Amino acid sequence: MTATKRVPLLLAVGALPALLAACERPAGLQVEQLGPSGAGMEQVLNPRVQPVEAPIPPTLVLPAQEGEPLARDVYQNVQVLGDLPVSQFNALMTNITNWVSPAKAGDPNSGCNYCHNPANMASEEKYTYAVARSMINMTRTINQDWQSHVKATGVTCWTCHRGQPVPANVWVEAAPPRSRGLLQTQGRQNMPMASVAWATLPYDPFTPYLAGAENIRVVSQRIHRSPDHVRSIQATEATYGLMMHMSDALGVNCTYCHNSRNFGSWYTSREQRVGSWYAIRMVRESNNTYITPLVRAGVIPARGMDGGARLGPMGDALKINCATCHNGQAKPMGGVSMIKDVPALAAHPPGYVSAARAAAAVAAG
Amino acid sequence: MGYQNIFNQVQVRGPLETGIPLPAGDFPRFGQPTSSYFLGRFANAQIGPIYLGRLGVASLVCGFIAIEIIGLNMWASVGWDPVQFFRLMPWLALEPPGPEWGLRIPPLNQGGWWLMAGFFLTASILLWWLRTYRRAIALGMGTHVAWAFASAIWLYLVLGFIRPIMMGSWSEAVPFGIFPHLDWTAAFSIRYGNLFYNPFHALSIVFLYGSTLLFAMHGATILAVGRYGGERELEHITDRGTAAERAALFWRWTMGWNASFESIHRWAWWFAVLTTLTGGIGILLTGTVVDNWYLFAVQNGFAPQYPPTGVVDPATLPGAQP
Repeated sequence: MTATKRVPLLLAVGALPALLAACERPAGLQVEQLGPSGAGMEQVLNPRVQPVEAPIPPTLVLPAQEGEPLARDVYQNVQVLGDLPVSQFNALMTNITNWVSPAKAGDPNSGCNYCHNPANMASEEKYTYAVARSMINMTRTINQDWQSHVKATGVTCWTCHRGQPVPANVWVEAAPPRSRGLLQTQGRQNMPMASVAWATLPYDPFTPYLAGAENIRVVSQRIHRSPDHVRSIQATEATYGLMMHMSDALGVNCTYCHNSRNFGSWYTSREQRVGSWYAIRMVRESNNTYITPLVRAGVIPARGMDGGARLGPMGDALKINCATCHNGQAKPMGGVSMIKDVPALAAHPPGYVSAARAAAAVAAG
Repeated sequence: MGYQNIFNQVQVRGPLETGIPLPAGDFPRFGQPTSSYFLGRFANAQIGPIYLGRLGVASLVCGFIAIEIIGLNMWASVGWDPVQFFRLMPWLALEPPGPEWGLRIPPLNQGGWWLMAGFFLTASILLWWLRTYRRAIALGMGTHVAWAFASAIWLYLVLGFIRPIMMGSWSEAVPFGIFPHLDWTAAFSIRYGNLFYNPFHALSIVFLYGSTLLFAMHGATILAVGRYGGERELEHITDRGTAAERAALFWRWTMGWNASFESIHRWAWWFAVLTTLTGGIGILLTGTVVDNWYLFAVQNGFAPQYPPTGVVDPATLPGAQP
């Protein structure tokens, strides 16, 4: 090869690095090591893919007056919040409106009117009145009984609703695919679905685990095969689908909770996994105690006041999962706590027993 | 300065070759041989004739049936929509029977088609194996190609037939599908406590990567001595010429030792064959004997026991919900 023939080759080789010009590390990338070295236990925070969230509206706080009358003595049909002083009751109503159904120009069903008939605020003619009552009970139960998950940060209506009557991330039971006669359907898997981050895993990981209580644990913690741990690959894929949802909902990878050397082992897991364990039970109880009974009681209609669907194809309610609160963040709203300004939502009044717990207590004798 | 390109620099063109006469009773070879300049850039310029024979025809028919069963079930599952069939192709699958069926034969639409597709695909592969064996014998060759192919078939049979039978459930087998078989692989590894700690899986990876290394070293060596006739490897096995001497010297200089022109092919053959042979053993032991490979590795001292984080399974605490 002569020297002149080499020139274009050398130029081409010299230009190669230009192909990589846009491949530099994104600015602001944060990597945090979460476990022993060599186990890949790290969390990468990329500011470019962090979710953009609606700003938290200011919470209305009214000082309670000495000797104020209680809400139940001033207003009619106040079943859940009756023992609040009337100023606290009014502040809470204002806050709930700002969090869930802020007034929108031109929408007669926004603001207070999302739940109330303005001519008769005590009327239950709007179904949302009864739903709100159940949601307040749910919020109080979460804050009071599930500090194993929500800690002292707590939740308010805003945590899920973010200014929307229906939170952005809810789920319904997936309909089975249409029968194809003698031919085989895909079952409820093998479709590009956001619920399992576009994998071919079973795409309804919610019905079995966040409404039902099916066993999530599939990895044996014994070396050799034993007849008391029989879990199929299909069960593993279902669990895997739930984990994909959790990972996606929190914007974290597997090693946020697990040491991936042995996914099932607790003694090498991070404490965040314990939080998730309680979260699964918290979400399950919330769905089964405070949301699904509203469908059984005929409270929730098929369509809401805005015309949007309020029931799924299987006739079940819009229910909550990890993404409902987390919205792509490891801590909802980056860990901001709003509960200190709304003590009325922090706990039930003494003596409150949910219907589900009462039934469980009866069953337990 | 030839032989420094991935394309052949020289095309040898002679009278087209039809091969030796076949014994009486054999199917004829078919197709008028022709030659292609562009194929000649990559390999031999001659195309055809082809010999299928009874085994080849039977294998192709079985393979066609298997592909039809898989493809038509997938197409039906998207409502016979041709656009969706192609758009969703990577996601679609024909899944094995569910765990509730064990080793029983389920209805067609609950895994029966999977069993049937598996039967015909296996028949097709085994018939094709027999064909590689028989053609090698017919040409007076050794049967090395057939036995290397058999090693791959071993892994295939372990995954889809032998291991499911040992586990007592067809549901342990692999679905037919592009992404679904990959998700199956990930789920399989997770279920059985991380396949990377399976020593036979590790051996399989060693032989797989080793195969690529050997292939790169050998291919490079032969191309590098092509200017001295080094591509005529078989002649150099019995009658070493300057190409063989230089190639051997190169490796003795760079790594102190060298394979011979014959032994390098044994190395390559064994590395390739052992990839699937050890892999199949690893899969066969998974679930049948070992339920958690990580714990197995810790017990046998080839994986570290990570320090406990102090986390306790909340299900074991008093009063825990199930």
